[in-house]
Amino acid sequence: MILAFFKFFKRKKTDVSIQNKQTDRGLLVYENTSEVIRVENILKEKGWKVRVMGPPPELRTGCDLVIEFPLIDSLNILRLLKRFDLPPLRVAPVTSPLLEPVSLFRTTDFGRYLMVRAANMKLTIDKETQVIVNVSGGGCPDVPYLAAVLVGKPLGKAPKPRELGHTLCGYALDLAYHEMRQKCLP
Amino acid sequence: MLAIIGTVPDPEIPVLEGEAALISGQLAVEARRFQVHRGTPALVAAAVQACRVLERPLPVVCLAGDIGLGDGSRKLYGFLAEKLGALNYDVITFHYLQPDVDWHNRVLFAIEEMKRRPLLIADAGFMYAAKMSGQAEAYDLFTPDIGELAFLADEEAPHPFYTRGFIFHKENDVQHLIDRAYRFKNAAKCLLVKGVRDYIACGEGMSQIVDRPDEEAMEAIGGTGDTLTGIVTALVDSGMDLKEAAVKAAIINRTAGNYAKPSPATQISEIIEHIPKAMASVL
Repeated sequence: MILAFFKFFKRKKTDVSIQNKQTDRGLLVYENTSEVIRVENILKEKGWKVRVMGPPPELRTGCDLVIEFPLIDSLNILRLLKRFDLPPLRVAPVTSPLLEPVSLFRTTDFGRYLMVRAANMKLTIDKETQVIVNVSGGGCPDVPYLAAVLVGKPLGKAPKPRELGHTLCGYALDLAYHEMRQKCLP
Repeated sequence: MLAIIGTVPDPEIPVLEGEAALISGQLAVEARRFQVHRGTPALVAAAVQACRVLERPLPVVCLAGDIGLGDGSRKLYGFLAEKLGALNYDVITFHYLQPDVDWHNRVLFAIEEMKRRPLLIADAGFMYAAKMSGQAEAYDLFTPDIGELAFLADEEAPHPFYTRGFIFHKENDVQHLIDRAYRFKNAAKCLLVKGVRDYIACGEGMSQIVDRPDEEAMEAIGGTGDTLTGIVTALVDSGMDLKEAAVKAAIINRTAGNYAKPSPATQISEIIEHIPKAMASVL
């Protein structure tokens, strides 16, 4: 294992710094410190690896603390915090705190079928029956699970992906789902 | 030998390792059976079909159940970090795993311990982790769709969900996105970009484009990207040059789709059935 360690880090001089950038971590921003402490306790109790830290300059508002968390688990964590009535003011990636979630949608009209894409997720419905006929794209393990639940259900009766998904892919599918509802439901 | 690593959407499934087979349209691993809808089962099913045609040994798969909580993925990462160094695979394809930079790097350590470095293909969540870790160049092939290519091209984005708008707007200029992914060292040695047109690139500059047969409905069908990755995996395992395998896989996948006469409501299992016939016509 030691030899592998050296071979791995010999490839690129910048590897250690890349690892230290915490590229898969996100930040939860709150109004005040007491909320931060409550959220930290809740998330740690549920087994998530989180830590309280000072905010980067871009996110300094009133609160002098933020919570670092596994960004990919955003949907799962936000759903939990909503149950405790502790939604954050903002969620941001550690590496680029000013990045925003995608807000652009691509729509493809196949005639009888309509497809909406948000980021890496695509949702397609039959315009005549409004049944969800396909879900494609994505790379997180909740995507096949969500697809199995959604495909075959009418758009108006299908559960919201944000209620069942756990990851950022699930979140992107939820955006596509809501865009489709806006386009197709009265 | 070829190995495929990914997850299935059933939290009850423990880490499984074994030869894959297709039995009555279902994926069979050890005593378990899995529906082939999309995701890793679709990738494996396509690879099994292709290996049969190529008269190659069937793929070994390492699977775990995960519905997005990451628990199954972490068990699988742990299994790989512990075992891979002592195994002997020629090709490894990584697929639907919860992206996790730390675990990704531990798996890459284990690969460095292997006696002979296998050819590495990454798609889906594992490809996201490879990019996030800054180790994209350690891989031989990535197979992104257009949304994922925009993510690879955005050096700031930690996930496709955060791809910046000015890059998202460049989606009609695929070559620009490919060049940008290479410029920021966020691409594997080769890229097979799947979409309305498939692009094959091995470095900055002009890519090869495959756009026939033209079946625009395939973009909407869940699993068509997975089958493409499965086919290219089998072709590379047969000894075919990587770039040639990527081009041939794109044509085979489109041809199989064409034979299925697809609509956006077609399910991937209907296309997988046609892979052997498509391979016979293309190879």
